[in-house]
Amino acid sequence: MSAAPVAVRRGGGAERHRVDTTVASQDEGAGHGAAAQDPADLPARAKVAVAAGKVTGAVSRAAGRGSGGVIGGRVALRLDPRLLARLTAGRTCVLVSATNGKTTTTRLIAEALRALGPVVSNALGANMPAGITAAMATDRDARYAVIEVDEKYLPAVATQTTPSAIALLNLSRDQLDRAAETRMLAQRWRDGLAGSSATIVANCDDPLVVWAAGQVERVVWVAAGQAWQEDAWSCPRCGGVLQRTGQEWHCAACDLRRPQPTWVLDGEALRDPYGVRVPLGGLRLPGRANRANATTAAAVASLFGVDPHRAVARMEQVAAVAGRYDTVSYRGRQLRLLLAKNPAGWLETFDLVAGADAHPVLLSVNALGADGTDTSWLWDVDYTRLRGRPVLVIGQRRLDLAVRLQVAGVDFTVHDDLDAALAAAPEGLIDVIANYTAFQQLRQKVGA
Amino acid sequence: MSQGRPAPGPSALRIVWIYPDLLSTYGDQGNALILEYRAAARGHRVERVDVRSDQAVPEQGDIYLIGGGEDRPQRLAAERLRRDPGLTRAAGRGAAVLAVCAGFQLMGHTFYDEQEGVLPGLGLIDVTSHRGSVRCVGEVVADSDPQLAVGGAGLGPLTGFENHMGTTLLGQGVRPLGTVRVGNGNGAGAGTDGAHAGTIAGTYLHGPVLARNPALADLILSWADGDSAPSPVDERWHQRLRKERLAAVGA
Repeated sequence: MSAAPVAVRRGGGAERHRVDTTVASQDEGAGHGAAAQDPADLPARAKVAVAAGKVTGAVSRAAGRGSGGVIGGRVALRLDPRLLARLTAGRTCVLVSATNGKTTTTRLIAEALRALGPVVSNALGANMPAGITAAMATDRDARYAVIEVDEKYLPAVATQTTPSAIALLNLSRDQLDRAAETRMLAQRWRDGLAGSSATIVANCDDPLVVWAAGQVERVVWVAAGQAWQEDAWSCPRCGGVLQRTGQEWHCAACDLRRPQPTWVLDGEALRDPYGVRVPLGGLRLPGRANRANATTAAAVASLFGVDPHRAVARMEQVAAVAGRYDTVSYRGRQLRLLLAKNPAGWLETFDLVAGADAHPVLLSVNALGADGTDTSWLWDVDYTRLRGRPVLVIGQRRLDLAVRLQVAGVDFTVHDDLDAALAAAPEGLIDVIANYTAFQQLRQKVGA
Repeated sequence: MSQGRPAPGPSALRIVWIYPDLLSTYGDQGNALILEYRAAARGHRVERVDVRSDQAVPEQGDIYLIGGGEDRPQRLAAERLRRDPGLTRAAGRGAAVLAVCAGFQLMGHTFYDEQEGVLPGLGLIDVTSHRGSVRCVGEVVADSDPQLAVGGAGLGPLTGFENHMGTTLLGQGVRPLGTVRVGNGNGAGAGTDGAHAGTIAGTYLHGPVLARNPALADLILSWADGDSAPSPVDERWHQRLRKERLAAVGA
């Protein structure tokens, strides 16, 4: 099997939940054993559901409504609600959930596990049951399934897929007008995962994650760090105030505290349970957050016998994930595309653009349904980090951002759209940071 | 700079943000940042004090801010504030208070907690809050109380975003902050948003509210420094944002 980076099919609309049906079948013909349930073994109802899902997906694609996977998956699930369980039966499943980094970590784990054989994955972030089902239907033979799961659906998907491992990266505020409060999500994870037979690979630096994993028998703790701490001042168990000294944290009122990690992100390298350092400097995905994602991915891969050196070598091949971190040429500029959906994500993204020379930063913020329609979160983001950089502002909610940047003391200009902004920018590299639908619109515009 | 404004000097304007660790769910820091920014433009040296919920609320602040949060942090905040005399004493000597959403409910006589039922607030203003039957989520426009003015002019329509299940009943001792044109404010069908009495104002609007209503920020600053003139800041982007938000909901 080739270790070359997997090409992702591009294009399509700005639909939120797209699934790429070509990704999962990259390894077809690689001569693997059929570990998943053979198509002939599926009950009649499931066969009809898969077929109906494929037809619906094809119709949806033909109608120009995205790649069709989610719609197909929805139809198929209606015909056979147990379809996801059937499509994952016999496979070794890994689930990945978090507020930030789940698409990237899913991709990194999938790359690492491809050392063992074919892997099916919902590679483009269609992470609710319909999208997951559609992705699983695209490759019925892959022995491994690495599945990104929306935070709200983790317990339900875990019940359906009986995973061997679940990676829990972080929880923080995101789309508060449509999602549950962050602690409620942690509670849902805690209740839903209690008694799970999966090995949980969890971030010991996120108190909400630690509490959520608290009723699981087997946990591998990873010190993956936590740049954004504003949702983790209050003890998720008792409401006491959390105390922090260096990396350690503990509750002043109860015994919840940071567990001892066995995997550690240590600067530019990871350290495995035997103290072996594996450099992460060769990763093509930039920044601290991606080194954290790679550390967690290596810990997951090692559960299946993939040595961390080998895992990291495979992860180094990943250059972009669903367009994120891609650098594209457009109108004489090189645009580096960065996605930041919530305050924690923006904080990690500023880490990427800091220290670089003072090339411009272009920001685009929307507040469409998939973004959350409340822009209050802009005031949780520390935009003072962009002082000294020329900042160009576009997007549906550019005026909200303008007020925010004015108060942050940042020099900015506001433009009607990307082309107008670029006309006002020098040639060369521009860091582009956008939230969810703004990012999809930009990708479509620049053909990334 | 207009008369009555203090020269920049050793006496700082103290902005106290109460319990950001519990009640800061909806960009509530924004209200503190807006006040800091405008107070600096008014010539004040500004000192911002963020009070975590295991710390005492200082009594000597000029402006107190308290923000929004869900049931559990609201209950924890209430427990801690009831034991801490800081805010009550400050309000008693006329400090300015802006309370948003869950924080607004805490300023009243009682509020409702899913787990424990009716719980006492601080009773700083004459309102009581209950659990409504529907979640109020979305843009709000409310015509500000005509009795409120900055620089001789009214505050204009208040614009913001709400996300709550509360209904707040206003007693005799307060006036509504605004009359709702779009959205819900003090609960579905209430027709009003927020309340004010003396130098205490409460609202369900975030966005945050002062970013979208700079005149309200100046009103609160005037309660603290006695100067009713508008802050000398570039209002271009605030005004364009207000216009856009009002147009977006057809107001």
